[in-house]
Amino acid sequence: MSISLFYFVAFLSIFFALLVIFAKNPVHSVLYLIVTFFTFTIHYILLNAQFLAIVNFIVYMGAIMVLFLFVLMLLNLNEGSIGSKSNLIKIIGVIAGMCLIITLVGSARVLNASEPLVLQTQDLGLVKNLGKVLFSKFLLPFEVSSILLLSAMVGAVLLAKKEIKQV
Amino acid sequence: MENVTQAIQGVPLNHYILLCTIIFSIGVIGVLIRRNAIVIFMSIELMLNAVNLLLTAFSVQHNDPSGQVFVFFIMALAAAEVAVGLAIIVMIFRNTNSTDVNILNKLKW
Repeated sequence: MSISLFYFVAFLSIFFALLVIFAKNPVHSVLYLIVTFFTFTIHYILLNAQFLAIVNFIVYMGAIMVLFLFVLMLLNLNEGSIGSKSNLIKIIGVIAGMCLIITLVGSARVLNASEPLVLQTQDLGLVKNLGKVLFSKFLLPFEVSSILLLSAMVGAVLLAKKEIKQV
Repeated sequence: MENVTQAIQGVPLNHYILLCTIIFSIGVIGVLIRRNAIVIFMSIELMLNAVNLLLTAFSVQHNDPSGQVFVFFIMALAAAEVAVGLAIIVMIFRNTNSTDVNILNKLKW
């Protein structure tokens, strides 16, 4: 256990994130995305945010990725049916992304936030602590998010349903 | 858990900002260069996750649990967004027999 664990996991995150966007087959992209999310779970554990680690594991790697794979298999996209953008647009896109990185890194350097991260209270990210905050300070947003999920469910069913022919 | 959290003791906050910036930008590049709508959605998920990690890092730095509660809300929002988005993709596929975003250029002057 040393400081280099963070850098190793960070390298893996970036590596698999790159594979997600450059993989030719969309199914491979989804599988690489699952690995990327797993490295994010490790990051959360390193930050001692255990609740978020578990939620990330269950919701992202469980639910959302199954949804992606399900739709991908359902649509049965054969390889090569969707071409890639022209090389010019690809190069321009990569250059634009690099410009974004340079801008953000430059502004982060101005921030000068280079003090090391210190975990002040060990139980900051535990379920007990977060639950207390969630159900006292953030009770209203919590209830509103349930309405959001309900409306999303109704919307998804309504959109994906086949239109009934009107007589 | 004591020795696990020892691992981040000493990682500067800057490096978390750097990591999240790079992953966010990878997401942006993915949106720009891919034509498959599902891969574009996955890139958006990457961006959301980069922001989540940064919020958690700042929450630890400031010793404030509100940041982690906010990440929880973002995850609920992402789940809703993915459900609706994939339903739209299924509908588009039914109409055009493809998930290529270049076909959907009817609104382009």
